[in-house]
Amino acid sequence: MYVGLDMGGTHTDAVLIAGGRVKRYCKTPTAPEDYLHTVTRALDEVLEDIATGEVRRLNLSTTVCTNAIVTGRTSPVGMLLEPGPGLNPAGLTCGAKNFILSGAIDHRGRPTSSLVATEIEAADKELRKAAIRHLAIVGKFSTRNPEHELQIKEALSPDYDFITLGHRLSGRLNYPRRVFSAYLNSAVASVYEAFAAAIKTYASSRQLPVEPDILKADGGTLSLAASRSLPVETILSGPSASIMGALALAPSSRDTIILDIGGTTTDIAFLADGVPLFEPLGITLAGYPTLIRALYSYSLGLGGDSCLRVRDGRLSIGPERLGPALALGGPAPTPTDALITMGRLDLGDKGAARRGLEQLGDQLGLTTGEVAAAIIKQMATEIASQTRALLEGINSRPVYTVREVLEDKKLRPEQVIVIGAPAPLLAAELEAAFGLPVVAPSLAGVANAIGAALSQPTTEITLQADTEQGFLTIPEEGIREKVQRGFNLEAARRRALAALQDRLRRLAPAAASAELEVVEEQSFNMVSGFYTTGKNIRVKVQVKPRVSPLEGDEHDV
Amino acid sequence: MMYKARRRLGLVFFPAFDWAISPTHPEREERLLYTQDQVFEEGILDIEGIREYRPRLASTGDVERVHICVPDVKSRTTESHLIAAGGAIVAAEAVLKGEVDKAFAIIRPPGHHSFRIVHGARGFCNINMEAIMLEYIRRHYGPKRIAIVDTDCHHGDGSQDIYWHDKDTLYISLHQDGRTLFPGTGFLNEFGGPNAFGYTLNLPLPPETGEEGFLYALEHFILPVLADFKPDLVINSAGQDNHYTDPITNMRFSAQGYARLNDRLQPDIAVLEGGYSIEGALPYVNAGIILALAGLDYTGIREPDYTPERVAQSPRVSEYIARLCDESYQAWQQRDTLREEYIQGKTEISRRRRIFYDTEGLMETQQETTRVCHDCGGVTWIDSRTDHGRHILAIFIPREACHRCQEEGHAIFDRSRAIDYPDGIYLQDRVEDQMLKK
Repeated sequence: MYVGLDMGGTHTDAVLIAGGRVKRYCKTPTAPEDYLHTVTRALDEVLEDIATGEVRRLNLSTTVCTNAIVTGRTSPVGMLLEPGPGLNPAGLTCGAKNFILSGAIDHRGRPTSSLVATEIEAADKELRKAAIRHLAIVGKFSTRNPEHELQIKEALSPDYDFITLGHRLSGRLNYPRRVFSAYLNSAVASVYEAFAAAIKTYASSRQLPVEPDILKADGGTLSLAASRSLPVETILSGPSASIMGALALAPSSRDTIILDIGGTTTDIAFLADGVPLFEPLGITLAGYPTLIRALYSYSLGLGGDSCLRVRDGRLSIGPERLGPALALGGPAPTPTDALITMGRLDLGDKGAARRGLEQLGDQLGLTTGEVAAAIIKQMATEIASQTRALLEGINSRPVYTVREVLEDKKLRPEQVIVIGAPAPLLAAELEAAFGLPVVAPSLAGVANAIGAALSQPTTEITLQADTEQGFLTIPEEGIREKVQRGFNLEAARRRALAALQDRLRRLAPAAASAELEVVEEQSFNMVSGFYTTGKNIRVKVQVKPRVSPLEGDEHDV
Repeated sequence: MMYKARRRLGLVFFPAFDWAISPTHPEREERLLYTQDQVFEEGILDIEGIREYRPRLASTGDVERVHICVPDVKSRTTESHLIAAGGAIVAAEAVLKGEVDKAFAIIRPPGHHSFRIVHGARGFCNINMEAIMLEYIRRHYGPKRIAIVDTDCHHGDGSQDIYWHDKDTLYISLHQDGRTLFPGTGFLNEFGGPNAFGYTLNLPLPPETGEEGFLYALEHFILPVLADFKPDLVINSAGQDNHYTDPITNMRFSAQGYARLNDRLQPDIAVLEGGYSIEGALPYVNAGIILALAGLDYTGIREPDYTPERVAQSPRVSEYIARLCDESYQAWQQRDTLREEYIQGKTEISRRRRIFYDTEGLMETQQETTRVCHDCGGVTWIDSRTDHGRHILAIFIPREACHRCQEEGHAIFDRSRAIDYPDGIYLQDRVEDQMLKK
C-alpha cells in the first residue's frame, strides 16, 4: 500500500494505492499558515479506516521550504565565502552577514593560497555578536578539494545550529549556484526542521510502519531523516510529482511531451526515450539559480483560470489569474467558462459563464459559441508554440565532442501526455495544435499525487580522480582518498558505484536494490612536456527517477 | 542572477574532448578541459547576456571558398577541423544577425598557419578557421572591410598568405620575432602583395616582451592603424601563447593583459588560436577575455602564480618596441608611395618561396605570380610542388575581381595542360563561389 501527497500552492492532493491500483484520492485546500494541518488533514482522509500497518510507503511533497523562500520567512544566514581569484564576488553576498575570506583552490583541487586564521576568528566573533545561528561555508572549486571548507568549519565556534558546506550539495561546477544553494539550505533549515519533526510525530501517532519519504525536484525521494540536513532538496518538487504521475499513468519509452494544465499555469516537460529530461544544472527559485537537481519543467502562464481579455481587437489569455471562473463567482471570464459554455464541463453558474463570453464575443464580432471555440483553440495553439520554442532550445544545447556533433541527437516527441484537471477537455484542440496524438489518462486530475506515491529514491554522485596528484574526491559524500598510479576509468567506475550504493543505503534504505547507472564518464591523459603524467577521470553515477508500476487499467477505479 | 553583461556575448565552446593530433601532442583532448572547468565554475554561462551556441560542421564549399586542399577537402581535414570552422561561423553569424553584440569562439584545433594551398598540417593547423568564417560572412552578409588582429605568439603566416592580396582585409600580427620561433616569418618587410601593399602588418616583438610591451603596441600601433582603416568588423585571432607560462614560447603576457587588450581593442569576434599552457594560462586567459568582451569586471581574474615580476620587461625591450611601433606606423602611413616603389610599373609580380609543414614533415615550393591590377586584388596563380612529389597549379580569382582578372584566371585554367601538373589544376573562383579542378 502506497500513500502519496502533493502539496501545491492552492490544493493538496493525496492518494492511496493498493495492489497497483488507485484506491482512494482526495483534494483539499492548502492552508499556507498551517502546512502541517494541511498534510495531516489530507492523510487522515485517505487513511480513514485503513489498517495503517499495511502502508509500505508514504511519500510527501511539501511547499514548506519553497514558500519560506518566496515569502522571505527564512533565518538570517552568515556566509563564509572563499571565492579566490575570478569573477567579482560582490554579487554573491546573499546572507545577512557575508565574509569574503582569503585562500584559493584551483581547478585541479590544489590549494593555491592559504586561509588566514585571523579572518575566520573575526568572522566568528561578528557572527556570534549578531546572534546568527545558521551558516554556509562555500569555496570555489571546493568540490575538487573540500579541505578549506572543512578547515573553516573547524576554526569556528562549535555551537552553531546549522552549517551547510558547499561541497556536500552537488558535484557540479558552478560557484555562484553552489553559494546560493548553500545559502538557501541554511536559510530554510529551521522552518523545515519544525515541519519534519511534526511529520515524524504524526507518523508515529498514526502507527505507520514506515517513515515518510520526501519528494525532491528530480522526480525522486529522500528519507525524512536525510532531508533534515538537505532541506533545500525539497523545494519545487510539485512539477516533478506531476511528471512522474504522467509517467505512471501513461508509461512510454518514446520521446514525449508532458503537459500539466492547472488553474494558473501549464507546466511543460519532456521525456527522452521515456526518461524525464533534467535541467542542465539545477532549478532557479526566487531569483536564486541553484545546483538542486530537477526535472526540466517550464511554467507557462496559461491555465483554466487565466484571465481572458480583448486587446487591440484580439483575444488574449493570461498570464494573470484574477480569480476562479465566472461560473464559480470569479471576476473575469476564463477558459473554464469557455469549456462550460461549450458543454464540455458541468460546473457552477452556466449563465454567468455564457454572459461573460457573450461580452467577449461582442467585442470580437463572434457568436458566443464561436468565441468559446476560439478561446480553447488559441489556448492549445499558444501551448504548442511555446513547446516548440522550448524544444528548439533543448535541441540546440551545446555539445563538447566530435561524436555528439556528428550524432546530432535531437528530441523529437511522438506524443503528448496531458494531465491536470481540464486535461481531457482540451485533448482534441491540443491534438490539432501539436499534430501529435494526445493521451489524457483518466485520473489526470490527481496525477501529481499518484506521481508522489509511486516515486522512488534517487541520488547522484560525482567522482573526480587525478592520478598525477594521487587523489580522488566524491564531494557529495565528503570522500577524498588516495589512489594509485594505475587507477583507471574502470576502477573509477567501480569506486563511484560502490559509493553510490553506500549513499543509497544511508539515504533510502528501502531502495538499496535500485539499479545504479553511469551517466557520464571521461578519462583524459594528463601530459606534462611530452610525457603522460597521469589521468584525469570524471565519473557521474545515479539512481534515476522511476515509478513503481500501476497494475491493469486505471479506469476501473 | 546577480551579474548582467553590458554587451551581449555569444560563446561557442568546442573543446573536442575526443580528438587529438596524437596522445601526447599539445593539441590533445585535455587542452581545453581546465578552461571548461574554470568557465563552468565561475558560473559564466549563467550570466544574463551571455549565450552559448552549439557548433556545427562547416561544409566543403565553406572550406573551398578559402583553400585549395590537395587532393581534396575530405582527405586534408577531420571532422574536428570542420566543426571548429563551423563553430567560428556560428559565432560570427550570431553577431551578424544581431543576436549578440560580440562573439568568442573557443574552438580547437587552431587554423592560422594554414595557407591558401593545403598539402597537410602545419603548426597544428589544417584549415584556417578565421578565414573560412570571414569569407562565409562576406558571402552571406555582403562585402565588409575587416581587420584581423592576431595576438598569437606565432606569426599567423597562413592568415597572412590568405589575405596577402586583399585590401579589404587588414591583417595585423603581433608575435615573437621569427628569428626565435616557428614559423620564422612575420617581419616588417612582409607588407602585402602588389595590389594590397601595406595591408599586411607585422610587429615582431622581442622575446621577453612583458605586459607593458603588448599594451604599448596596442595603443601606439594597432589602435591608430585601425582608426585609419575604419573596419566594419574587427577580429581577434586570440592565440594565448604569449602567456608567461607557455611551454613553447618566451613571452611574458598575462590573463589580465589579454583581458585589457580585448577591452581596449573590442573585437567583434574573437577566435581561439594557439596556447598550450593548458592549466596555468588558458583557464584564466579565456575567462578574462570573456569578461572583457561582455563588459564585466575582469580585474579579479588572476593566475595563481602571478607576480608583477613575471610580466615585467627590461628597458631595452621597451625601447625596441617603441622604435618598432614608430617605424611600422610610418610605413603604414606611406603605404601608397611604398607600393609605387615596389611595383615600378611591372604588370606581373612573382615570388618564389618554400613552405615547411612541420606537423606533416613536408616541404612545399611555390612559384606565385600576381597580375598587377588597379581594380581588384588581381588574379594569382601558384605552381606548387612538394618534396613528396606532388605537383599542382592553383589559380585564384579574388572576391570582387575585375572582369579582366576573372577572364585571365579562366584562360590560364583552360590553357594549362594536365600533363604538366599531374596532381591537378585547380581554379578557385571567388566571384562565382566555385572551385574547378581538372
